[in-house]
Amino acid sequence: MKPFTIDTTNGICAALFIFLGGFFALQSLDLEIGTAFRMGPGYFPLVLAIVLILLGAIILVEAVRFESEPIGHVAWRGMLFILPAPIFFGLTVRGLGFLPSIFLTALIASFASGRMRPLTALVLSAGLTLFAFLVFSYALGLPFRRFGPWLPSWPAL
Amino acid sequence: MELLDNLALGFSTATSLANLGFCLIGVLLGTLIGVLPGIGATATIAMLLPITFQIGDPVSSLIMLAGIYYGAQYGGSTTAILINMPGESSSAVTAIDGYQMAKNGRAGAALAIAAIGSFFAGTVSTFLVAIFAPPLTAIALQFGAAEYFSLMIVGLVSSVALAHGSIVKALAMVVLGLLLGIVGTDIYTGTPRFTLGIREYADGLNFVAVAVGVFGVAEILRNLENEHERSVMIRRVSGLMPTREDFRRMAAPIVRGTIIGSALGILPGGGAILAAFASYTVEKRISKNPGEFGKGAVEGVAGPESANNAGAQTSFIPMLTLGIPANPVMALMIGAMIIQGIVPGPNVATEQPALFWGIIASMWIGNLMLIILNLPLIGLWVKLLTIPYYVLFPIIMAFCSIGVYSVNTNIYDLYAVAFFGLLGYLLTKLRCEPAPLLLGFVLGPLLEENLRRAMILARGDPTTFVTRPISAGLLFIALAVLVIVFLPAVKKKREEVFVEEN
Repeated sequence: MKPFTIDTTNGICAALFIFLGGFFALQSLDLEIGTAFRMGPGYFPLVLAIVLILLGAIILVEAVRFESEPIGHVAWRGMLFILPAPIFFGLTVRGLGFLPSIFLTALIASFASGRMRPLTALVLSAGLTLFAFLVFSYALGLPFRRFGPWLPSWPAL
Repeated sequence: MELLDNLALGFSTATSLANLGFCLIGVLLGTLIGVLPGIGATATIAMLLPITFQIGDPVSSLIMLAGIYYGAQYGGSTTAILINMPGESSSAVTAIDGYQMAKNGRAGAALAIAAIGSFFAGTVSTFLVAIFAPPLTAIALQFGAAEYFSLMIVGLVSSVALAHGSIVKALAMVVLGLLLGIVGTDIYTGTPRFTLGIREYADGLNFVAVAVGVFGVAEILRNLENEHERSVMIRRVSGLMPTREDFRRMAAPIVRGTIIGSALGILPGGGAILAAFASYTVEKRISKNPGEFGKGAVEGVAGPESANNAGAQTSFIPMLTLGIPANPVMALMIGAMIIQGIVPGPNVATEQPALFWGIIASMWIGNLMLIILNLPLIGLWVKLLTIPYYVLFPIIMAFCSIGVYSVNTNIYDLYAVAFFGLLGYLLTKLRCEPAPLLLGFVLGPLLEENLRRAMILARGDPTTFVTRPISAGLLFIALAVLVIVFLPAVKKKREEVFVEEN
């Protein structure tokens, strides 16, 4: 008999689906389930969540029996700088205002690549901010405050 | 002739100066982003989707969106031919022989053949959509809640069957998509569901945020895994005009590709991708010298490109008539319609004839614009390919952030982008296709609504789904598709990536 092994890719995959299924199932139980005739808000999601857990279990069984492709290289640096960019924009677009916020958002995303040099990133972000001002703020007239209340008042803009 | 009247209405809608303008902008933007290496049509559309909401008129906005779609597809083919980096699997087939043609110094001819093939296929399939959409709409109007439920099951099951890799994973992705789709307020009782107490998610997760995250952000992360130097060996493209010999060789493959593509495109679940592969296989099999394939065969570019485009077009048929998306792009279209306040389904044709026929007519106009514009602009697209990737993604991230925020000015949508970017990337790493998830996400609320309505109408008797003949027929199809993909022979072929332990 072979030693017990579990395939990493499918193992994580199964765990993720079971976890998500469990989350939705637990949340559904707090809702009114109802009957098949008059389904409550929890009925359909509970059924789906149970199906998701079952599918996760099948993947888990496959993970124990078969080997699949390895996960491969993971873009850690990319995740570290790309994912915070929209979050930062969300946190600051009202406080700092549209233009400073988009400048910093682009600057953060710039560092996702090891090849980006700081000066290039600054110039790129500045150019992008100018473009965003001209196209989104000026031409399309999106109703975003250009500079927000966190900044000292800015004359003539 | 009703067909001609309808087409006339469509063309008069689509050729208004504003709509022509939006179509043009859509085609240009679509090509611009689509040509960027590693970014496929779906990601392009997801990223550009918010821009179309800035237009107040739903017709213009959907026409622009359709333009973006054709542009993105053509842009993808350009990248595939010039640097052998296909954005998604449908242009992966074009890359095989297209890139070889480019290496032999015939990049111009390959691009022209792709454009001509796409245009021909686009013209034929636009007519097919115009002919087949009204009768299908008439059938669909007879549908009750039970039939809709069963039809959506067919759509979801087919998307599973046509996804790459494990069927179980694809099924799980559909179910997860359905669950994510019903986050928000329950329509019957007004109870908030799965919102984690966040009031900003009471209207459900923003579709654009999910699409941008799962397709756009996840794709950027994937491209950041290996930052290798791209070699653009073709800096100038000359000799655009195909030779007389090329024309002779491409005619038959284009016609065959169009037929294959039109037929497969209607299938729910990504027929266009299948169409390109099917066409390539057919051309290789019937060719007198199959040895040329893979070394720059004209047929290997002309056939799949036509099939691809025809399939892209006919996939509008289930979307426009039934409100059922055939692929992720159509799911995006449906999402866009819902945001514009249009309920997708058979009523669109009768209630909004200008919208319905305007979109159909704009398909043809979009294709015409592509062929007129893109051949002269090819030099510009080649220049774009030389822009390093690390410069592109800060730009893309900034525009995505602005775009998503501009839809509802809800900052929680931006957090959703980050979350779904992470989830999408994680799932891609775990070999789960994102397409079924997006289909599930769009169909989730509709599926639940129709299920609940059907059960109330049948007084809680679940046999209603099998005693109503149309519904029973549809469920039978869904079951048959599932059985076929689980058949040992088919399953083995689909899952050859698994290495069995002895």
